Amino acid sequence: MPHRNFKLGSLTVWLIGGVGLLFLTLPILALILRAIENRAWQSVEAAVIPEAVYLSFITTLLTVILTALFGTPLAYLFARFRFPFKRLLNVLIELPIVMPPAVAGLALLVTFGRRGLLGPILDDLGIRLSFSGIAVVMAQTFVAAPFFIRAAQIGFQAVSREIEDAARVDGADGLALFFRITLPLSSRALSAGLILCWARALGEFGATILFAGNSEGRTRTMTLLVYTLFEGNLDAAVWTGLLLIGLALMALMASQWLAHKTSTDESES
Amino acid sequence: MKSKNLLIVVLALFLSIGFAVHAQDNRTLTVFAAASLTDAFEEIALAFEADNPGVEVVFNFTGSSDLATQLSEGAPADVFASANTRQLLNAREAGRITGQVRIFARNHLVLIVPADNPAAVQGLADLANDGVLLVIAAPDVPVRDYTDTMLERLAADPGYGEAYRDAVLANVVSEEQNVRQVSAKVALGEADAGIVYASDVTPDLVDDVIVFPIEDAFNTIAIYPMAVTNDAAEPELAQAFINAVFACEGQAVLVKWGFISARPLTCGLR
Repeated sequence: MPHRNFKLGSLTVWLIGGVGLLFLTLPILALILRAIENRAWQSVEAAVIPEAVYLSFITTLLTVILTALFGTPLAYLFARFRFPFKRLLNVLIELPIVMPPAVAGLALLVTFGRRGLLGPILDDLGIRLSFSGIAVVMAQTFVAAPFFIRAAQIGFQAVSREIEDAARVDGADGLALFFRITLPLSSRALSAGLILCWARALGEFGATILFAGNSEGRTRTMTLLVYTLFEGNLDAAVWTGLLLIGLALMALMASQWLAHKTSTDESES
Repeated sequence: MKSKNLLIVVLALFLSIGFAVHAQDNRTLTVFAAASLTDAFEEIALAFEADNPGVEVVFNFTGSSDLATQLSEGAPADVFASANTRQLLNAREAGRITGQVRIFARNHLVLIVPADNPAAVQGLADLANDGVLLVIAAPDVPVRDYTDTMLERLAADPGYGEAYRDAVLANVVSEEQNVRQVSAKVALGEADAGIVYASDVTPDLVDDVIVFPIEDAFNTIAIYPMAVTNDAAEPELAQAFINAVFACEGQAVLVKWGFISARPLTCGLR
């Protein structure tokens, strides 16, 4: 490998990259410093946090499961098939990514709320969605699923048709083809997409607070808790925020370890 | 290639329009005000801007507790108008208020339900009924403090009692960050009932809700104080704005939007 000299070019790259790195890491450092400075852990009423953590955990888990369940076939359809209005539909399902979360929340309200499009039908069935835990999952899924669908679509498209055709020649078709060939080959992209989906769901706020409301124990996830605490008790908000970051960090590291393990397994086999 | 050039031209146009708009205003007055003051203050600001050419009044309307927190973290503002004295004191403790505090308005609570009254609520007593979807403000938001005081008074009254208060609190399905979000949820029909200020039933809302007054014995008088911040960028303008709110014309605007004047006798209002 050619030896890289320390030219002005690479110095610039390091400087600019360094500024970017600083911008992304400094706020977290500031949070930690503030927490230590004000002994933030003393400010929080211990009872509210476990509830919020549990709620965040359960809702994001359900979101990820639902996303994987419904998103995978959808992504496969877009990756492999042709159908009318495909481009338009593709744009529509990716829209929640750029939609402001508050607008997403409003849209969900106008669809599933009591006076919404489906309101009367839900009413007849005796179902009330707003202000419920289900609403939290719906809000999270609406804004986070498109991340997975997009990643999965790319992942499926990357699986070469020749491999699939070869497998077909050998007799595999339909579900067998999908589960034995396509899925394993695109698993990296799918996992990455699911983690992104989970991360977005964990941080979801705008759509949740509009559609599901803010109620302790029922809809107050960690994210909503930070915002609620912010009003009266900044230190408590800082501490809760750090806990949330810690949880996210652990999950990210777990996913890195998983990804690394998968790649070493692949390279070994 | 041509469409790329067009895009650059359009972007440049947008940016220059933005700069042009900003270049026209010489002085900006930043007012942090409670959400309930939105309509009244915007109207007072229009008159203020007409009387002071070259001045633009910029508002930050949200729950007073959010405003106090922002101020304690150094957010730049010239004036702070709070919906209760507690949040103004919080701002003072944080060192952002050092001057005179003036009470410029009063308010009281009302019970509102959607126009089609889905839970058939006819008054405070019905709030304890099974399955009523009640929306109130979050703790620390002033209107919630006032609501809690009201509930305390109801709990102490033999006609209602502690069980009533417990039942009402159990019916709370969401705690909103400011009073306007409470009124919005009721107007939308998502909530069965909400507790807001009398002034929040604006002309926009009046067709969408039914208002139930709350007896004086249980109601609370909300007190709205206002002050110039310690490091206001425009201290004279800030004082002038406070004077405008305090003047009889400003008081008339507040009364028009449902508030109670702080100077009813002097200004001949209500």
